[in-house]
Amino acid sequence: MTEKKIEKMSYEEAFSELETIVATLENEQTSLDKSMALFERGQNLSSRCTFLLEEAELKVRQLSEDGLIEADV
Amino acid sequence: MNQPSLFSSPRWTVTSLTAYLREIFESDEMLRDVWIQGEISNLSRPRSGHIYFTLKDGGAALRSVMWRSSTARLALDLREGMAVEAHGYLGIYDVSGQYQLYADEIRPVGEGLLYQEFLRLKEMLEAEGLFDAEHKRSIPEIPKKIGIVTSATGAALRDMLNTLQRRMPLAEVILAPTTVQGDTAPPKIIAALDDLLRIVPDLDVILLGRGGGSIEDLWAFNDERVVRAVAASPVPIISGVGHETDFTLTDFASDLRAATPTAAAELATPITIDELRGATNYYADQLKIQISTALDKYHINVDDLCVRLGYASPLKQIQRDAQSLDGLLHRLNTRQTHRQDLMWTQIKGMNRRLEALNPQAVLGRGYAVLTRQTDQKIIGSVDDANAGDELKVRVVDGEFGVKVT
Repeated sequence: MTEKKIEKMSYEEAFSELETIVATLENEQTSLDKSMALFERGQNLSSRCTFLLEEAELKVRQLSEDGLIEADV
Repeated sequence: MNQPSLFSSPRWTVTSLTAYLREIFESDEMLRDVWIQGEISNLSRPRSGHIYFTLKDGGAALRSVMWRSSTARLALDLREGMAVEAHGYLGIYDVSGQYQLYADEIRPVGEGLLYQEFLRLKEMLEAEGLFDAEHKRSIPEIPKKIGIVTSATGAALRDMLNTLQRRMPLAEVILAPTTVQGDTAPPKIIAALDDLLRIVPDLDVILLGRGGGSIEDLWAFNDERVVRAVAASPVPIISGVGHETDFTLTDFASDLRAATPTAAAELATPITIDELRGATNYYADQLKIQISTALDKYHINVDDLCVRLGYASPLKQIQRDAQSLDGLLHRLNTRQTHRQDLMWTQIKGMNRRLEALNPQAVLGRGYAVLTRQTDQKIIGSVDDANAGDELKVRVVDGEFGVKVT
């Protein structure tokens, strides 16, 4: 599994991997070591999701002659 | 000229004549459904809620009334001197003997033409298939990039941004500002849409809208060029133009029509951040449940192994061996004792036999042993004894000497 740095993940990425991990723990016979590793990564992913949701603020940019600029709205 | 007969009695009363005239007015197909253009004057709005006014032009005046039941639909704020088109039927008001217009709809002059143009264009574009349902693209549930084409200064933008911030602040918004009303609006709207699609090609959805206004204000969204551009957009477009009751051709061409700009922003975010919070919490809980289930399984396995390990332990083996050693020892002991007992019995038997053979015991029965003093030879026969020999006599409790004669 290629693992992306959790602190760089978008909400969608973190959530979708969290979903996968839960399904793996649910359905597959995994070794204790692997289960614990999955659990730990799952916890970090869920923290990442919660953090992103709490910090979320609509980013607004606008088109201008200079391309995309921060919108003054 | 006909001279009226002085002797004829009057055929009509005022009332019956008025009723007769009213009958004529009201049975005339044309007079029952008319659009009349004129200027408003003598406007009066008493507390009854009915509206009284006179429609006039350069040559004539027409008394008019609009009942309260119809005024509710009136979108127009009537003013003295306003040029309007009024719809209704003509009738006679018996009390004053005046014919008048009973209006049920009033609109600004020119709107009728616009509406006809709207219908013509709608029919044409519809026939082309521009509004077909199969061209409608679906709106993504969680859009990451949302384009907005509207006026940078209007209430519509504020409403849309507030709604997006409240429902899905994870999203990124790219605003393509444009004029939304007036003759220059259509090409500017198209340019804004084009720029947006070109500069931000990975948009998930585009909101196109403006706040409420008159039909003229909204007219840019009925412009054929704008409608075609909306229909051709590769990115799904949600239109939110004006109010609930306003329909524009852009609405028909867009992938989803919202009643207002706020509603457009809501439709663009079918899943809200609250639902994401719920889903995240659910999976966080599931994660804990799954790991504790897995750990329980391991605990059970470990417990089970511990029990089995206990059985397999060398200690057990040693205990078992020790036990059999004990058994062996016990058997050994038992056997040993047995043998010793046996030996003792034998020894005792032998002793008894030995005792029986003990010469001392024979002596005890009164016998004596004679030995010659000179050579200690036991005298076992007459031939051994010669006269004069000195012999030693042993009896059970001692010995003494004798001489053979």
